[in-house]
Amino acid sequence: MKPLLSVRDLRVWLDTARGPLSIVDGINFDIASGQVFGLAGESGSGKTITALALLGLLPAGARAAGSAMLDGRDLLTMRAAQRRRTRGREIAMVFQDPTSSLHPMLTIERQLTEHLRYQLGMSREEAYERAVHLLTDVRIPNPRAALRGYPHQFSGGMRQRIQIAIGLACEPRLLVADEPTTALDVTVQAGILRLLHRLCEEKDLAVMLITHDLGVLSALADTVTVMYAGRVVESGSTAQVMGGSRHPYTRALIDSLPHPEASDGALVPIAGDPAGPESRPSGCAFHPRCRYMEPSCAAAVPSLVRMDDGREMACPLDPLVVSRVR
Amino acid sequence: MSLLELRDVEVVYQRSDGTPVPAVVGASLDVNRGEIVGLVGETGCGKSSLARAAVGLVSTTRGSVIFEGREVHVLGRRARPASERRLQLVFQNPYESINPRRTVGAQVADAFAISHAQPRSSFRARVEHLLQRVGLPETMARRFPHQLSGGQRQRIAIARALAADPAMIVLDEPLSALDASVQAQVANLLVELARDLHVGMLLISHDLAIVRHVAHRTAVMYLGVIVETAPTDELWKAPKHPYTQALIDSIPHADGAGHLPVALPGEIPDPANPPSGCRFHPRCPRVMEMCRSEVPRLVAKDGGREVACWLHDKPPVFQQSADVPRVSP
Repeated sequence: MKPLLSVRDLRVWLDTARGPLSIVDGINFDIASGQVFGLAGESGSGKTITALALLGLLPAGARAAGSAMLDGRDLLTMRAAQRRRTRGREIAMVFQDPTSSLHPMLTIERQLTEHLRYQLGMSREEAYERAVHLLTDVRIPNPRAALRGYPHQFSGGMRQRIQIAIGLACEPRLLVADEPTTALDVTVQAGILRLLHRLCEEKDLAVMLITHDLGVLSALADTVTVMYAGRVVESGSTAQVMGGSRHPYTRALIDSLPHPEASDGALVPIAGDPAGPESRPSGCAFHPRCRYMEPSCAAAVPSLVRMDDGREMACPLDPLVVSRVR
Repeated sequence: MSLLELRDVEVVYQRSDGTPVPAVVGASLDVNRGEIVGLVGETGCGKSSLARAAVGLVSTTRGSVIFEGREVHVLGRRARPASERRLQLVFQNPYESINPRRTVGAQVADAFAISHAQPRSSFRARVEHLLQRVGLPETMARRFPHQLSGGQRQRIAIARALAADPAMIVLDEPLSALDASVQAQVANLLVELARDLHVGMLLISHDLAIVRHVAHRTAVMYLGVIVETAPTDELWKAPKHPYTQALIDSIPHADGAGHLPVALPGEIPDPANPPSGCRFHPRCPRVMEMCRSEVPRLVAKDGGREVACWLHDKPPVFQQSADVPRVSP
């Protein structure tokens, strides 16, 4: 199956007085229609910057190279006008905090229809009817009344639904969701996850789900790519990566989570802190925190290798040895 | 006698138009020395208000807060009475609760200076000792907060609370701003401190999964009332209140199995205008007729559990259950 979006050797760096500071260091992934692609990582791993690079929303001073092909067109080299059109109509975004991405002083109607009128050239009446339909689609009760409301009148979960409705207004093919449920309660989060799952199936939407929450990824994603310090460490199907992780980092990350089934005392934390872009260790960036560290790990960056079961992993240690030591 | 006793605490705020908003409606909770009690619930359930009432940061309209046998004073313009310095609070965001312009050591030393009448020069060794206690190298004392990671900052916030030699620490979402791998480090630190220093802790969190690993007992709060309290393991293995069950079911599991968590329908209602009867009844999957009109009491069960639900209490009148079919004799 041909993927909708193909990202190859994506690199993002910041030009500083001391030379380029690498943030994302050559990553590859594919996203297919009707599938949820999960991008996991802790703060500083470069997962959000990856999304911003695809959308052409990098902060000033940051630059990107590589390619990101959406239907034969490269998102990274597109002209500004074409990129704006693509961003509104083919790729939509949902961010973590709906409080800061919705305008507090405009009605929901204004924020939903503006997009439809600008991007699709709909009349006021057409746009209104479409807005009602969109709010119904994301299960906002009483959509006509909701359109007259302002963001502060809605709860966090409802605001996130409204944001998703705005994202879906022009029927995009790819929805980029950056920590869409992190600010929400678990009970509300479950509803948003179910909503994204349904939209993905009904509309054949491709979803790029960026989160540090492995539980959320496990519930929703079809494929998972785990990043650490700007590089991919493991990628494969959700069952492979979450259910039977082989990379020591993924393994340790899953072990550090509170396990919902069994609680036998203390959690198993990873020592140290996640490496930020300005303090990346040499070789495998995870080596100072890795419990299987060998001297060679600090010397060379391990390459991403395809394993026997089809997953990719960047660790030279025999994964079977790793799992046996565990 | 417990270390901290909350009895029928009620916290009422006022909206700008004068409408009273009851955030906590008669909550009772005990914390003993060396014990970690988790308090969980959704945003707006009143857990932070109860925590603030427990340390005297907001005034209660009814009920009492007793710490070491004495009533806790509401914080005013005067300094906190010395008897209450052994009751400490740690906030959620370590980026905001620490002064960015002073070294870490100086800020921990402040906490000593307030609670011990000794010359400042004698604090240095104790600051270093305390930093080690929370798992930081002593060289950290000369650093500024921006040079630390989120996990290190939260450790500093905990060290400051420990400087007062507390008997009890109330922690308001101490783990939610941290990365997953770091969260486990700080969670384990809390367990160690409670055990080694015999400190009581009230841990406020919306993350039931982490509370499960840390807390000895867990209380579940919904719209201002505590609906269930039990030893943490019991609560997980056999939740009795439908709300506790719903919270547990909505946690996604990182097992790669691809199960979507169960969503609880509806939203937490406006506390100024709560539903009649059981406050959870409009969202409850097992609602019965009487739940709509009768307020359930918190009833003690076996094994130190308390639950406020008509499914687990003898109703004052003839029981009419919707979900249990009645077999006629």
